[in-house]
Amino acid sequence: MPSINDYLVLSAILFAIGTAGVFVRRNLITILLSIEIMLNAVNLTFVAFGRAFGAPEGQIIVFFVMTVAAAEAAVGLAIVIGLFRHRESLDPDTFTSLKW
Amino acid sequence: MTPLLVAQIVLTLFVFVMLLNSAAVMVYVERKVAALLQQRMGPYLVGPKGLLQPLADIVKLMFKEELRPKAADWFLFALAPIISATCAFAAFSVVPFGADTTIFGWVPEGLRLQVADVNVAILVVFAIASMSVYGIVLAGWSSNSKYSLLGGLRSSAQMISYELSYGLALASVLVVANSLSLTDIVNRQAGAWWHVLPRWFVFVQPLGFFIYMTAGIAETNRAPFDFPEAEQELVAGYHTEYSSMSFAMFFLAEYVNMVTVSAVATDLFLGGWHGPFLPESLGWIWFLLKVAAILFFYVWMRWTLPRYRYDQLMRFGWKVLLPLAVVNLIVTAAGVLYFGA
Amino acid sequence: MIAFYLFGAIAIAASLLVIAQRNPIYSVLLLIASFGALSGLYVLLDAPFVAVIQIIVYAGAIMVLFLFVVMLLNAPHEETEHDERVHPLLRRGPMRFGGVLAVALLLELVWALTKRGGESGAFPSAAVSSVRDIGRTLFADYAFPFEVTSILILVAMVGAVVLAQREVPR
Repeated sequence: MPSINDYLVLSAILFAIGTAGVFVRRNLITILLSIEIMLNAVNLTFVAFGRAFGAPEGQIIVFFVMTVAAAEAAVGLAIVIGLFRHRESLDPDTFTSLKW
Repeated sequence: MTPLLVAQIVLTLFVFVMLLNSAAVMVYVERKVAALLQQRMGPYLVGPKGLLQPLADIVKLMFKEELRPKAADWFLFALAPIISATCAFAAFSVVPFGADTTIFGWVPEGLRLQVADVNVAILVVFAIASMSVYGIVLAGWSSNSKYSLLGGLRSSAQMISYELSYGLALASVLVVANSLSLTDIVNRQAGAWWHVLPRWFVFVQPLGFFIYMTAGIAETNRAPFDFPEAEQELVAGYHTEYSSMSFAMFFLAEYVNMVTVSAVATDLFLGGWHGPFLPESLGWIWFLLKVAAILFFYVWMRWTLPRYRYDQLMRFGWKVLLPLAVVNLIVTAAGVLYFGA
Repeated sequence: MIAFYLFGAIAIAASLLVIAQRNPIYSVLLLIASFGALSGLYVLLDAPFVAVIQIIVYAGAIMVLFLFVVMLLNAPHEETEHDERVHPLLRRGPMRFGGVLAVALLLELVWALTKRGGESGAFPSAAVSSVRDIGRTLFADYAFPFEVTSILILVAMVGAVVLAQREVPR
């Protein structure tokens, strides 16, 4: 039977993968996907702890995190669409007009 | 290898084979009923009364050449019909179609006629239905032709729009039945009021039944909501570049989806396998009759009603059906709170 | 136990491929596979409701949104001033920095999460929350956040529609 440490290590690995994706990739949509990976890793941690302490709050927080992730994905993608219309590119390095 | 385990494995295979057969039967039924509604004969040459027509169709489809456009993304092109067909079959796995039966006493504990007995069965059906959108979207995209892409995007937009009303109609039944498990919901519909009117949920939730059937017809892309698919009669649809067995898999997926929607509607609203005059262990006969009635209704709708144009379809889904579903849920919840049923 | 390793391996492999793929459509599909594996893990954690909600909301709705956007924008592959043939994860500079940072984060997290002062860390066998408990707690104790999330979704919907509008020609 897997212990809670196994689940925590797994979610740590997933979180690190998501973080690496945000840093490494130069494509706006893949960056948003990496953020979703991070959110899922956090969900896994919550459910694991909820199971360990027998509290339904673990699953309730997951419910809220999913809602917030959905809202954030929708608004983020709308911004991406708007940006794409201006520059025809999804590379975050091309949006530098606010730099000094 | 207890008898129960063997029986469960055999049941899984049996359900799979029966779904395949039901798709073949639906091909014949559709053509025959369409013909009779249009006062013509329909298939009558192949076999007695044309009953072997589906067999001829399947053989023809198998021998057709399998085409693939050169610029298509071959992996997604091959994956799309697989996703459609798999989700269609997987959704039926949590639908119960009979009471617990000991097969003539061979299985003493009683075999539940349901492939997977899950506590959250309704949500699983809904989840797998929402996954079947991907088959259509990927088919439209990977064909690399503008008509396929537009047809695929329109079809999947229609499916996800009507999923909301579908889910809310399901939620109304959940509020009345107070359980998420399909077996519990069916068992609550046993018996009859005043020994005459069966205790089916369609009499408690007539609006819910209407919303569920409408959303189900839109989900399976059937008439009168089949504009993105019938577009192919004019221009193209998401499966225009498919031929032979891939095309067959899309149509298999469509018919099995119809059967699943009918089966879930029977379980939720029409009392499942409960019916008069038959013992509980033969309840699956009633189930078959009810599902057959709903499937006949599906075919009847297709050949009677003209189809909605795409913008009319989307407007109906969002501005009429969704508010109706929300109002239905609120009224149901208020009713349950007040009457304490 | 073997189910845990299977689902965990699928989740990790799919996530790694998500950040390694060039084609954004494959990234989205691999992320759906990763969500499926996570849903299996939730079932192992005796949380069937969360597992099904994960499929319905994440894999069935949010990823469809991503897929639509990728298809509508006909998202190009990454083109930077680097050589097109060098895979994005193998390039120098920020890529190596990102990789090192991720490994450091991983080591730190594993250290922080697994030192529990000597407790065994196994799951207690009792105390499984049913869907009924979740519903009751959600609507009784957490009714206010629930209503606030409905307003959040409304705001997000309006914002997404406004942000993605075309310029209205005057």
